[in-house]
Amino acid sequence: MALSIRARLVVSAAALAVGAASTYVVAQAAQPKERVIKVVASRFKYTPGNLKLKKGQPVVFEFTTADVPMGFNLPDFNVRGDILPGKVTRVRLTPDKTGTFTFLCDLFCGSGHEEMNGKLTVVD
Amino acid sequence: MANKFSRRQFLKLTGMGGVGVVVGSALPGVVLADAGDDFYFVQLSDTHWGFEGAPNPDAKGTLKKAVAAVNALEQQPDFIVFTGDLTHTTDNPVERRRRMAEFKQIVSELKVKTVRFMPGEHDASLDQGKAYKEFFGPTNYTFDHKGVHFIALDNVSDARAMIGDEQLAWLAADLKQQKVDAPIVVLTHRPLFDLAPQWDWATRDGAKAMELLMPYQNVTVFYGHIHQEHHHKTGHIEHHAAKGLMFPLPAPGSQPNRAPLPWDPAHPYKGLGFRSVDADVDERKYEINEFPVVKA
Repeated sequence: MALSIRARLVVSAAALAVGAASTYVVAQAAQPKERVIKVVASRFKYTPGNLKLKKGQPVVFEFTTADVPMGFNLPDFNVRGDILPGKVTRVRLTPDKTGTFTFLCDLFCGSGHEEMNGKLTVVD
Repeated sequence: MANKFSRRQFLKLTGMGGVGVVVGSALPGVVLADAGDDFYFVQLSDTHWGFEGAPNPDAKGTLKKAVAAVNALEQQPDFIVFTGDLTHTTDNPVERRRRMAEFKQIVSELKVKTVRFMPGEHDASLDQGKAYKEFFGPTNYTFDHKGVHFIALDNVSDARAMIGDEQLAWLAADLKQQKVDAPIVVLTHRPLFDLAPQWDWATRDGAKAMELLMPYQNVTVFYGHIHQEHHHKTGHIEHHAAKGLMFPLPAPGSQPNRAPLPWDPAHPYKGLGFRSVDADVDERKYEINEFPVVKA
């Protein structure tokens, strides 16, 4: 069926609109809900100290400290935060690789500072 | 300087550096030379006075043995530097000061009286360097010796392992007074580069200091913190980590945790030591010799 130039433009515009709408819906569906993980830092450990995540699943860590200022550093994902008394420190992460990674306190907190670390495991 | 050359020849011929010697001439950019207004200094690091535990059954004796070993050097150095963690950390401010007083008394036995101190995180991070300054003075400073400009950088008084913008501005202002080809030595505690961030072996804003230093053609960094000898280059700038004097630590990233290496009864004091640094001022080169705490 032959369409006029105007008719073809209208059809194309409609197709684009549908496509855009579809894309938008797909994008929404691809955004998993952010998971909140609460972690308490205290001398000289994190509770919990073993964290398990799914690749691609966005998380927000909510850190608090039970005593002195602490740090959270996850070098393999280039994320960190200072954890200060009386405040909640939020660190967002969407892991893009699997494996087991070490996180550590990078704010000197006393005689056990060097042993203050934890494990983050990311699975498919 | 003839007597300096004799000292070097003596070291080379007799292996006086002892077990674990690193001859600086084996390092890139480090050669032997015998001309110019040369001198040498000694670097000691990470003495952790006050530490107690299985990694060093002679915790109260090792520093004294190191002082005796330095005093026994055939030719005494022009000066001595301690690159941080003079004392082991404690929450108790009174105990912290007691340890610093004891440390200071022990190292007062050094024959050489020109001694430069700088803090490590164990000395300074819990009180922003307050006690340290009472005993040892400023945590960052400069001095000049026979044509070499020395800069002591503090990357520990801020517990976040940061130099901080104020000190970086101070560094920038100091460097502006130096010629581009001036021989510059930076003394600090933590590595200024990301040696092993997963072990906190880094300085959070170290890259900013390196950016300021990079235009200068002859910069060498001597540091501590990692309790082992280590050599690294950032562009043309060399970084040399010193052994500690309480317990050795594993190679960067070689195991999950940075726990002290166990004491070896068959080889006591293994992995501990100090170094001499011979400066060839004309050539802007340094020769490093490693010394054990006790001779094998």
